[in-house]
Amino acid sequence: MNEFFQMGGYAFYVWTSYALTLLILIANWIIPLKQHQNLLRTLARKLRRKERDHVDPNP
Amino acid sequence: MWTFLQQLSSPPYFYQLAGRLIPWLAWPCLAFLISGLYYGLWVAPIDYQQGHSYRIMFVHVPAAWMSLFIYMVMAISGGIALIWHMKLAEVIAASSAPIGASFTFLALATGALWGKPMWGTWWAWDARLTSELILLFLYLGIIALNSAIEDKRTASRASAVLGLVGIINIPIIHYSVIWWNSLHQPPSITKFGAPSIHLSMLIPLLLMAVAFKFYYATVVLMRARCEILERERNSHWVGTLITPSQNS
Repeated sequence: MNEFFQMGGYAFYVWTSYALTLLILIANWIIPLKQHQNLLRTLARKLRRKERDHVDPNP
Repeated sequence: MWTFLQQLSSPPYFYQLAGRLIPWLAWPCLAFLISGLYYGLWVAPIDYQQGHSYRIMFVHVPAAWMSLFIYMVMAISGGIALIWHMKLAEVIAASSAPIGASFTFLALATGALWGKPMWGTWWAWDARLTSELILLFLYLGIIALNSAIEDKRTASRASAVLGLVGIINIPIIHYSVIWWNSLHQPPSITKFGAPSIHLSMLIPLLLMAVAFKFYYATVVLMRARCEILERERNSHWVGTLITPSQNS
């Protein structure tokens, strides 16, 4: 097991490569996920504001 | 077929379809990724020349393939958008650019991390490395164009032209190791005849390559959905899409 983590002395190069890969994969997945949630929220807020402005509260 | 294409290019239909497809692409991606990592890091035997450092190949090579593949998808959909003014093609092109740039950066970074122990240098100005760096700059140029131009449709046209011109770089990258004397090794999979790589190392390489393909399909659809929502924010269907969340 220890040998697995040492990668025959190349631990730094191998593990940095794999860590970087996972980091990039996760980032590219999180970014659109968050963006989608934010977009839905902002658009809903805008729509609510528009509807409120159209209806006169004191007829 | 034609009616299907027409249906597909309608933004609300594509938005719904992409939403349903995403899990069917994401789960195979995860399965291929985990098995690829397992075979690549644990099962595949040590290389007699490079020791364990060769395991960087299992992320480096698929990332480099993706950098070229995504560029072609982006440039071709850019071309389709230019000729037929298809909104969906614009969306796919714009959504592909940041993902392609990420894979290009990953190919360069893991290449440097592999080059240091094997060649004794992080970077060399040789044909393969330089042309891949130019690919990164092309991606960054397209991203910059897309965000600099306010009108999305104009931005798409401008970046499509840049993308099409940049295609010239793709064969240069591919053949650079054959045309010029390079530090980089020639391709071992795509050359004619049998691949010069042992099966135990080929399997994890292909698993990772398939995982990256599924990954791209997943995240490009996720980005495309955001892009469509933003472009269609004032349309009726987006309004009805949003309304149910109002009551909650």
